[in-house]
Amino acid sequence: MPIEKFTTLISKCVPLAIENVDTDQIIPARFLKATTRDGFGENLFRDWRYDKSGKPKEDFVLNGSRYEGSILVTGKNFGSGSSREHAAWAIKDYGFRVVVSSFFADIFKSNALNNGLLPVQVSDRFLEHLFQQVEADPGTEVKIDLEKQTIHLLPDGPQEQFEIGAYKKNCLINGYDDIDYLLSLKEKISEWEKNRVL
Amino acid sequence: MSEVPDGPSVFYIDRHFIHEVTSPQAFGGLKERGAPVFRPEQTVATADHNVPTVDQHLTIHEELSRVQVEKLRQNCIDNDVTLYGLNHPYNGIVHVIGPELGITRPGMTIVCGDSHTSTHGAFGNIAFGIGTSEVEMVLASQCLMLNKPKKMRINVEGDLDKGVTSKDIILYIISKISTGGATGYFVEYAGSAIRSLSMEARMTVCNMSIEMGARGGLIAPDETTFKYIKGRKYAPAGEQWEKSLEYWKTLPSDPDAEFDKELYFNAGEIEPMITYGTNPGMGVGITGRIPLVEEIEKSSQASFIKSLEYMQFSPGEEMQGKKVDYVFVGSCTNGRIEDLRSFAAFVKGKKKAGEVTVWIVPGSRQVEKQAEEEGLIKILEEAGFEMRQPGCSACLAMNEDKIPEGKYAVSTSNRNFEGRQGPGARTMLASPLTAAATAIRGRVTDPRNFL
Repeated sequence: MPIEKFTTLISKCVPLAIENVDTDQIIPARFLKATTRDGFGENLFRDWRYDKSGKPKEDFVLNGSRYEGSILVTGKNFGSGSSREHAAWAIKDYGFRVVVSSFFADIFKSNALNNGLLPVQVSDRFLEHLFQQVEADPGTEVKIDLEKQTIHLLPDGPQEQFEIGAYKKNCLINGYDDIDYLLSLKEKISEWEKNRVL
Repeated sequence: MSEVPDGPSVFYIDRHFIHEVTSPQAFGGLKERGAPVFRPEQTVATADHNVPTVDQHLTIHEELSRVQVEKLRQNCIDNDVTLYGLNHPYNGIVHVIGPELGITRPGMTIVCGDSHTSTHGAFGNIAFGIGTSEVEMVLASQCLMLNKPKKMRINVEGDLDKGVTSKDIILYIISKISTGGATGYFVEYAGSAIRSLSMEARMTVCNMSIEMGARGGLIAPDETTFKYIKGRKYAPAGEQWEKSLEYWKTLPSDPDAEFDKELYFNAGEIEPMITYGTNPGMGVGITGRIPLVEEIEKSSQASFIKSLEYMQFSPGEEMQGKKVDYVFVGSCTNGRIEDLRSFAAFVKGKKKAGEVTVWIVPGSRQVEKQAEEEGLIKILEEAGFEMRQPGCSACLAMNEDKIPEGKYAVSTSNRNFEGRQGPGARTMLASPLTAAATAIRGRVTDPRNFL
C-alpha cells in the first residue's frame, strides 16, 4: 500500500524548544486504545496542549495563532522512550510532514519514515539558529528538498545537508512501502528458512 | 538474510511477541492487503498493557481496553496465533513470560511492538522493540528491513555493595551517559559485575537499554543462562538440548572483537540509585542531591528547570527523606519472582508505613503462583501489603492503576516521564529494595540503613 510521497516542501515552522521529548508526551498511553491508525492528532502533546478540563493552554505552541505550518522543530533527542508508532501517527495526523531536530531516537525515526513523516536531523548550530529565527519571526519559511537532502532557511539563511539512507529516500519519493517489498520476497525467505540453525 | 543494494538488510525474525496495544493496526493492515500471517507458529501473543490488576475473572470495565483485548483474541483466532490471554495460566507481561516459558533463547532474533523487548537480550540474543508498521512486516514476511547498528560494549567490573542491585547498575549507567547516550548502538554488557548477576537481574539491566537510546542490549550466554533455560516449558530437551547447548556456546563475542565504543564502570562506586527528574537519565545515588542549575550543560538548563518544576523539587535538594505517597513494585523491569522475593525478604517482620499506598503487581500468572507457593504473599500480608494480579499496571497507567495528580511515587518500573504513571503523577525510579525501604518509612529511604 503506497505511503504519502514526499519530494519538496516549503512551509512555516512550529518551534517546540524542549529537549528529550519522549513519546509519552507526544501521545500519552491512555490515548493508545484505538484499533485503527486515524485520529491521533487530536491528542498530540495532549497534556502540554490542554489543561485538565480540556481547555487549550494558551502558552503552548500548537495553540493560539502565532505559529503554523507543517514543519515541527524540536529540541535534541526527540521521540525517545516507548516504541509506540502512535507518536508518528499523531504528528502526521495533526498535519506535520517534517520534524526537525538535532537528534532523534532510533525507533521514532523508523516509525516516522514508515509513515511518510520525514525526520530531518540538523547540527546543533543550525537548530539553534532556526529556533531563534522562527521565534523572532513566525513567518519564516523553510525549504526541505528530499532529492538534494537539503534544508534551507528562506530566503537567504543558512542551508544544510541532512542524512537519509538511499533506500528510504527512494521509498519516500516514490511512496513505496517496505511491506510490499517484503511480500515480494516471500519465496526467497522460504528458501532461506530451510537452512535456519534454530 | 539478504541486502538491498545500497540499502538495509532483510533481517529474519525467529520469535515475534505481540500484545493488545500495538498489534491491532498491523493485523488490520494485513487484512487490507489480503495477506495472511506468514509464520503464525513463530508469533506468541499476550494481553498485558491495559488489563486490570483486580478481578481479572470479570469482564474488563473500561470499554476501550476491553475492545483491544477482545480484538487481540479475535486476531489470534483468525490467524492461528497462540494467545496467552487474560486468565490463561501463562498470561503476563510479554517480557516476563517469554523467558519464563523458555521461548526466549540464546542466538535468536526477537522482536515485539514494545521498546522493552531489549529485556530478552539477557539471554544473548538480538532483541529489540519495533513500531506497528514493523509488526505488520513481521506478520507478513517474518522479516524486517534494517540498517546495521553501531556496537558498544559497557563493562562493569568489581563487586556490588550490599543493598545495591542490577537496577542500580543500569540507572547508574544511564545517569552517566544520558537518555540518548547509546542511540544508534546495540550494547553488549560485560565485566565481572554483570557475569555475577542472576538471569533475572540481567534481564533488568537489558530491559532498560532503550532508556539510554539503545534499541537493544545483550549479555553473552553462559552457565547461568543455560541453567535458567533448562527444563522450562518450551526449552529444547533431550538430544535437541545438547545440540542447542553446543550452538549457544559458540555465541559469545570473540576475545578480540572490536566495538565502535567501549565504556568502563566500577561496580564498587554504585550506590542504590533514585531519579529526581522526568527522564531515566536524571538519577543520583540515594545519598546524593539534585544537581544545581549551573552544573547542567547550558543548552539543557531550560529542560532541567522544566523537569524540576514538574516534580516540584528544587536544585541542590537531598533525595533521602522526601515524602512518598505511592510505591509501585512490578513491570517488565522488576516484576519477576526474584524481585518479589527480595522485596518480601526485606519487609518481613516490618510494617508498611500507614500513609503510603503500595501496589505490588507480579509480572505474570506464574510469578503470582510461585509467590503464593513460596509463602511470599503471606509475608507481604503480615507486613501490611497485598498483591494485585499480573499486568503492566502503573508502569504506564493504561489501566485503572494511575498515580493521582501531584502525588509522589517510588516505582520499580523504567520510566519517569511526565504523566507516565498517570496525568500529573511524579515518579522516582528505584530498585525493589529501595522501594521496600521507602514503603516501610513512607519517605525516600536508603535500603542499606536496614541491612
